[in-house]
Amino acid sequence: MPSVCFYFQVHQPFRVKRYRIFDIGQDHEYFNDCGNGNLNNRRIIEKVARKCYLPTNALIFDLLREHPEFKVSFSLSGVVLDQFEQCAPEVIASFQKLISTGRVELLSETYYHSLAFLYSRDEFEEQVSAHRLKVKKLFAFTPRVFRNTELIYNNDLAKMAEEMGYVGILAEGADHILGWRSPNFMYRPAGCSKIKLLLKNYRLSDDIAFRFSERSWRDFPLTADKFAQWISSHNGNGELINLFMDYETFGEHQWEDTGIFNFLRALPGEILKHPDNDFVTPSEAIARYDARDVIDIPNFVSWADVERDLSAWLSNSIQHDAAHTLYSLRERVLDTKDALLIENWRRLQTSDHFYYMCTKWFADGDVHKYFNPYESPYDAFISFMNALHDVQLRIGLKNKKI
Amino acid sequence: MKVLMFGWEFPPHNSGGLGVASAKLAYALTAEGIEVVFVLPRRIGIEKGPFKILFADETPVTFYEAQALSSGYVSSEQYKERRALLRDAQYGITLFDEVMRYAIRAKSIAKLERCDVVHAHDWLSFGAGITAKRVSKRPLVAHMHATEFDRTGGSNINEEVYMREKKGMESADRVVAVSSLTKRMIVDRYGIAEDAVDVVYNAADTHADRHETPDPVLQFKNATGKKMVLFVGRFTLQKGPDYFLRAADLVLKHDKNVFFVMAGSGDMEPQIIRLAAELGISGSLFFSGFVRGEELCSLYRAADVFVMPSVSEPFGITTLESLSHGTPVIISKQSGVSEVLNHALKVDFWDVEETANKIISVLRHKSLQDTLEEHGRREAAKYTWRDAAAKIIGIYERLLGRHRLFY
Repeated sequence: MPSVCFYFQVHQPFRVKRYRIFDIGQDHEYFNDCGNGNLNNRRIIEKVARKCYLPTNALIFDLLREHPEFKVSFSLSGVVLDQFEQCAPEVIASFQKLISTGRVELLSETYYHSLAFLYSRDEFEEQVSAHRLKVKKLFAFTPRVFRNTELIYNNDLAKMAEEMGYVGILAEGADHILGWRSPNFMYRPAGCSKIKLLLKNYRLSDDIAFRFSERSWRDFPLTADKFAQWISSHNGNGELINLFMDYETFGEHQWEDTGIFNFLRALPGEILKHPDNDFVTPSEAIARYDARDVIDIPNFVSWADVERDLSAWLSNSIQHDAAHTLYSLRERVLDTKDALLIENWRRLQTSDHFYYMCTKWFADGDVHKYFNPYESPYDAFISFMNALHDVQLRIGLKNKKI
Repeated sequence: MKVLMFGWEFPPHNSGGLGVASAKLAYALTAEGIEVVFVLPRRIGIEKGPFKILFADETPVTFYEAQALSSGYVSSEQYKERRALLRDAQYGITLFDEVMRYAIRAKSIAKLERCDVVHAHDWLSFGAGITAKRVSKRPLVAHMHATEFDRTGGSNINEEVYMREKKGMESADRVVAVSSLTKRMIVDRYGIAEDAVDVVYNAADTHADRHETPDPVLQFKNATGKKMVLFVGRFTLQKGPDYFLRAADLVLKHDKNVFFVMAGSGDMEPQIIRLAAELGISGSLFFSGFVRGEELCSLYRAADVFVMPSVSEPFGITTLESLSHGTPVIISKQSGVSEVLNHALKVDFWDVEETANKIISVLRHKSLQDTLEEHGRREAAKYTWRDAAAKIIGIYERLLGRHRLFY
C-alpha cells in the first residue's frame, strides 16, 4: 500500500461553428467548421490524435508490457468516439489494443458528456445507456464504475448510480467535502448501501495535470522519482491514491517538449520501486478496499476551477438561459422521432458549450481563455443560441407535417 | 508641481472626446494636488473651475503681431499665402492660421506662467506646446488623442497635419498615447521610438443605474414598445456611421420592432440621410443632432444596445459612458477601448452582417443583455480619471527626475 489508481478522461466536444442569425432556417449543419481556427472539429481531433492520443496510447501499451503490475482506466465520451470513428479510426484501434491487455478498465458516463443529470433524469439515463452500448460495441467491455461529466457529483447521483447497478462512482476530493478526512481511502456515499466512492487526490493529480511545466512552482521540475516518493510517503496513512486527469494532459496541455512523456515513461517503474506500492483499476480498488466512512455531499461538486462547483458551466444568466432553453425542448424534440434532429440537439448538450460561455474571467480566467475557441463567452452564446433557434424551427416544421 | 496645459476645446464647447478627455484629466490632476493652468486658444464661456483657465486671444495684441512675421515656426511666404486663403474662409480664419496664432501667443503665456511641465493635447496645441517648452525650458508632454490616420480613416491624410503631429511628438520629451493601438500607430507611422511613448487609457464617470432614473427618452421608447439601438459620434468617415446604417438595415429585415438613434453631426450628414432613404429605413431612424450632458445620458439610459462601428478609434470614451449607464456595447475591433474591455461584443467595422447578428442577439436574449450590462458596468468602472491622472503624474515625475517614495 498505497495503491495508485489512474483514470484518464478522453473527450472532445462537437464545437458549434460561427453560426449567425442569417443561417437560421438555411443551414442545419452546426458543427462543420472547416477553417483554420479552433472551431474546426476535424482539425482538432487530428491534431490531438497526433500530439496526444496516439503517442500516449503507444507509451501506455509499452508500459503495460514492461510492468505486469501496471494498470490504468479511461472514460471516453460518446462524442469523442464518434469523432474518432469519423476522423481518426486509428485511435479507436489503439484503444482496442490497450483494452485487449485486460489491465485497462473503461468507465461509464453520459454519451454526450452532458449536464443532463441536472435537468432531466430520463435524458440522463438514456445517455448513459447509449454510452454503455457504444463502449460494448467498440470495445466489448461493460463498465461497472460510473463517472459523471467533469466529476459533477452529489448524493442523489450516487443513489441513482447505485440503482443503475454500478459498484463504484468517482468524485473530486475537494477540501470542503472532506474536512479533516483524507481522499486516500475508499468511502461510501450518504444514503447508499453498496456503491463505493473514489475521491480524486487533487493535489497529486494537479501536480501532473496543471503544474508539471509551471516554472514558478517550487517543486519544478517534477521528476518521476520525486513524484514516486510523494506517493510512497502515504504508506501507513492511505490505501488508495486516485490520480484523475484529462488524458490530453499528455502532449496537448503539457507539450512533448516539457518532458511529460519521459515523466510518464519512468513513473510506473519509480512507483513500483517501493515494494508496498502497486496499481489498481477502480473496480479492483472497490473489491479490495472497504469503505472507511460515509461522505455526505448534498450540494454538487465537480473538478472544475477553484470553486469545485457548477459555476464553470452554470454561473451567469447566459449559461442558465442557454441550458434551460435547450433542455426545455426535450419532449418536443423526441416527439419528432427525427434521429438526426435529436442527435443535433443532444450534441448541443455537451458541457463544453456552457464552459465556453463562462464569464469568470478573473480568478480562473486564464484556464477558461485557454480552453475557449471563441473570441469571447458572448460569441459562444450567440452561435449556440442561433443554432438552437434553428433546432426549434426544425421541430416546428416536423411537428406540423405530422 | 505646476503644469501648463494647452488644450483646444473644453466642455461644453467641445466637438468630441478631445475636449472631454483633456478637461477631465485637468480636473483629476488638480484633485491629486497638481497645479494646472489650462490654456485655450480663444475665450469661451465656461464656468469657473478648480484650476486657472487662460484664453490665448486675451494676450496683448501688439506682442503677438510683432512676433508673427518673424516667427521661425512658419515662413513669411507661407504666412502671406495663408493670409490670402483667409479671405475665402468662412470666419475669416483658417484652422492652420488659428493653430499658428495659438503657438505664437503661447510665448507670452509661458513667460507669465512659470511651470514645471508643459502638456499639450493633440496637434492643434502642439505648436503652442513647443513654443512654451522653448520659452520656459521645461519638458514637454505631447498627448495624442487621435492621429491624422484615425481622422481620415487612413486614406488621404493631410500632409500638413501629419507633419505637425510628427514635429510635436519629436519635440516632446514624452509622448502619451490613449491606447496601445494609438501607440503602435505613433511608432509605425510617425517613427517615434517605442520607449518614448506611454499608454494612458481614458476613463468615464460612473452613473446611476438606468432602471432607476425616470426619463423622457425611456418613456418614449416604452410607449413605442420597440427596442432602441444607439450611435453616438461625429458623422465622419472615422466613426463609420454608414456601417451603422447598413447594419440597421439588416436588423430591420429580421426584426421590425427596433428603432435606431444617431446622435451627432458632421460632414457626412447629407450622405447619411440619403443612404437611409435609399435603404428605405428612414422611418425607423431618428437623428438627435449633437447632444451632450443630461440629454446624452438619457439616450444612453434608454438604449438597449450601443454600437460604435468606428473605422479607426484611438480610444472610444463613449463606450465607457454607455457601459457606465448600464447599456451594453458592440464595438469595432479597430478601437483602443477594445484592448481593455472583455465584456463587450466586438466586430470588424466592415462586417455589417456580424454587427447585425450581434445587435439582434442582444435584443433577442435578455440574458445576454443582462450579463453584458452587469459585467460591462463593473469593467468600465475600473477606468477612472483618477488612475489616469496618477499615471500622468508618474510621467511628470520621471521627467523631472523626482521619485516619490510611497507611490
